[in-house]
Amino acid sequence: MTSSCYHCGLPVPAGSNHSVVIEGAPRSMCCPGCEAVASAIVSGGLDGFYRFREKQSDRPEQNQPQERWKAYDLPEVQQQFVHDWDDGRQMAALLIGGITCAACVWLIEKHLGQLAGIEKVSVNASTQRAQIVFNPDQIQPSALFEALERIGYRPAPATAANRESVIQSEHRAALRRLGVAGLGTMQVMMFAIALYFGAGSGDVGEFERYFRWVSLLVATPVVFYAARPFFSAALRSLRARHLSMDVPVSLAIGLAYGASFYATVFGTGEVYFESISMFTFFLLLGRTVEMRARHRAGLASGGLAQLLPMTAARYDGNELVHVPVAALAAGDRILLRPGDTIPADGEVLEGESGVDESLLSGESALQQKTLGSQVYAGSVNGDSSLTVRVTAAGKSTRLSAIERLVERAQLDKPAQVALADRVAGIFVGVVLIAAVSAFAVWWQLDPSRAFWVALSVLVVTCPCALSLATPAALASATLRLQELGLLVAGGSLLETLPRISRVVFDKTGTLTRGEPRILRIESLRDGWSEQRVKDVAAALESQTHHPLARAFRAWRGNLSASQLKVHTGRGLEGQVEGNGYRLGRADFANTQFVEAPQGEGQWLLLADDRGAIAWIALGDKLRDSAEEAVGQLGRMGLSVELLSGDQSAEVKRLAAQAGIDRFQAGASPEDKLSHMKQLQEAGEKVLMVGDGLNDVPVLSGADASVAMMSAADLAQSRADAILLNGDLRVLAQSVALARKCRRVVRQNLAWALGYNVIALPLAVCGLVPPWAAAIGMSLSSLVVVINALRLSRAKPAGVVSEREMAQQPGLAH
Amino acid sequence: MESLYFLIPIAVVFVALAIKVFFWAVNNGQYDDLETEGRRILFEDDLQESSSENGEKER
Repeated sequence: MTSSCYHCGLPVPAGSNHSVVIEGAPRSMCCPGCEAVASAIVSGGLDGFYRFREKQSDRPEQNQPQERWKAYDLPEVQQQFVHDWDDGRQMAALLIGGITCAACVWLIEKHLGQLAGIEKVSVNASTQRAQIVFNPDQIQPSALFEALERIGYRPAPATAANRESVIQSEHRAALRRLGVAGLGTMQVMMFAIALYFGAGSGDVGEFERYFRWVSLLVATPVVFYAARPFFSAALRSLRARHLSMDVPVSLAIGLAYGASFYATVFGTGEVYFESISMFTFFLLLGRTVEMRARHRAGLASGGLAQLLPMTAARYDGNELVHVPVAALAAGDRILLRPGDTIPADGEVLEGESGVDESLLSGESALQQKTLGSQVYAGSVNGDSSLTVRVTAAGKSTRLSAIERLVERAQLDKPAQVALADRVAGIFVGVVLIAAVSAFAVWWQLDPSRAFWVALSVLVVTCPCALSLATPAALASATLRLQELGLLVAGGSLLETLPRISRVVFDKTGTLTRGEPRILRIESLRDGWSEQRVKDVAAALESQTHHPLARAFRAWRGNLSASQLKVHTGRGLEGQVEGNGYRLGRADFANTQFVEAPQGEGQWLLLADDRGAIAWIALGDKLRDSAEEAVGQLGRMGLSVELLSGDQSAEVKRLAAQAGIDRFQAGASPEDKLSHMKQLQEAGEKVLMVGDGLNDVPVLSGADASVAMMSAADLAQSRADAILLNGDLRVLAQSVALARKCRRVVRQNLAWALGYNVIALPLAVCGLVPPWAAAIGMSLSSLVVVINALRLSRAKPAGVVSEREMAQQPGLAH
Repeated sequence: MESLYFLIPIAVVFVALAIKVFFWAVNNGQYDDLETEGRRILFEDDLQESSSENGEKER
């Protein structure tokens, strides 16, 4: 029977016997990592966490060397994220990965609060930031990192604090504007109802005059404070010689306010303060929703700097010193321990090790590095120590070259001009011409009415509905997509998705889970059950940092091994229960030749001195949702393609399994980008789905791009959207929703234009009284907003209901 | 009707006060995290019964 892990919710593999007693009952865990985290939580008396939480926690990454946090105690490194508080206390700003709900905040605050020397902890669940005030005499920053890791979170120093504060102040400014516009609108509306009763009577009575002055007083901050972003955006677009939607919006607000001001002061004509305020409020509301979604998506990422370690171990003479990475220069000798992220490009002087370059090249197998090999910044040292002479650091590394490629790709990215903006250009022109000609004609007929007719033309055709048409639909669809599991970061995504003709997937971590798993075990000797093979193999793999070792995580701890030795690129040997075993390539594990069984995956042989014991096949598994997602996209008329940096035959196998006909293996970041360019030149609109650093240029260059939740930070920050739950079927649903969104936008634009086409001639003829203008304007806006709201309840074809998702473990998180 | 001359300025003053309070709340970060704070009261409850020691340390 398989059950799911009480901590992370992933299935517990058969034969794994990890469990923790939580709230009086033993709960099964899938791996030693979850077990360690759960025990740390329970032993701290914090098991209430499991009662409060709303979502399963992330699976913790074990296998990390403990001493790596020590680097954060260096003063030069601390400078970047620790600030002096008062009385000699200090405050550390940390970015914490793995926060899923409010219960995590409680857990972190309580767990850290128990440590001596910590004064105050405040965690923000929306931004995933923590501010920790501590006494540096009692506790060091490295202890904070360690404590957070013990309860299953991934701490990192929040070095991008500047950007964070920009986002915070932008968010607060938007809220203040919204507050002013909202409260002002409520108040002005109240006065306006009183004014409506006196409207049309012709003469301006004493009370009416009084109400007008009060309305002016309340509407003024709404126009000059809350609506200011529209004015500055309009000015910017005019300077760029381009008519955006902000231009008619600003014109409408500015002219209506100016005319109402004039009417108030001289006691003639009509006032429109309530319309101005309400319009400003609705528009600000739409923009704030959009901004929040954008910020949320951007917050988790910190760019390149976050990928590199903060310190490096450099040899000064024969002495090893820890220095900040920024201090490295070509010619330095540095030591790389297993598990270290390589801080600079270099050449191996000493040692032999496998290096994981998957983030840079997409190649999933470890690259063998021996004397004289090149290593690249950003890749991860695998199994043993290396001494490296730095050849390039900082800006001249290959990692920076990729970043430059990204910048170029972004410049070349096909520019998206929003439909509403294209319409707006024409619309503004027409309205301005109509208003000016109405003024000119009426000046001939009746000069006293000329100004008011021209103004009513502007007000009645106020682009409310037109400018709300798109943002309202986009905001509503964006929220709906977030519910489905796609976090939209780029505003243009919803406009591009419906036009997509081709979907390109990356392999590792996108179409596959990005985690090696045991596919099959073939026992060659009697008396060896699968279970025993797994236990012995897991014991042997327990000390290595090889990515493949992760496949055995669940069985670790059932048996223990000693005298472990790593033979780079070949395998491992060690003692388990007094017997010597070898695990790895067939020619290494066993001297006699044994033929590997046919079948998919990478075959490892387990052997002892008496000969071969068992074959173990390891491989990455396709995501559960991949096959169905590919089918759905195909039925929607999109062609699907697999573009992988991986060289292995796995690419072909997985493509076939997922039902993808076109695939390309061994593509470098440059290859991927040029392939994308070719497709685009052939007139295709491409949606790229990827997760590695090697995908970043192509993600930036694609018409639309989606990064996985597990993706490299940089990949996330350059993608238009992030797939939160790893369920690829959401892609097809998103395309369907985007198509529906496009229909709604068009309906809205048609309605808004239709309304204006009818209202404009009436206004030009001077037939529209102000109360009718106000009602018409409000109604047309209301229709547009209600139409857009339909999207938030939309259930695109093929959508799996939440209940069905919950019944399939592994899909729902 | 004359009372309106006094009542409406009072209403406007109230709105101005409301905006001032709202600004104060926003600038103090009251709206920065809309997810956690609403649930915090549930956590504190549990704290009292299970481990009051932590609660004191908090102060």
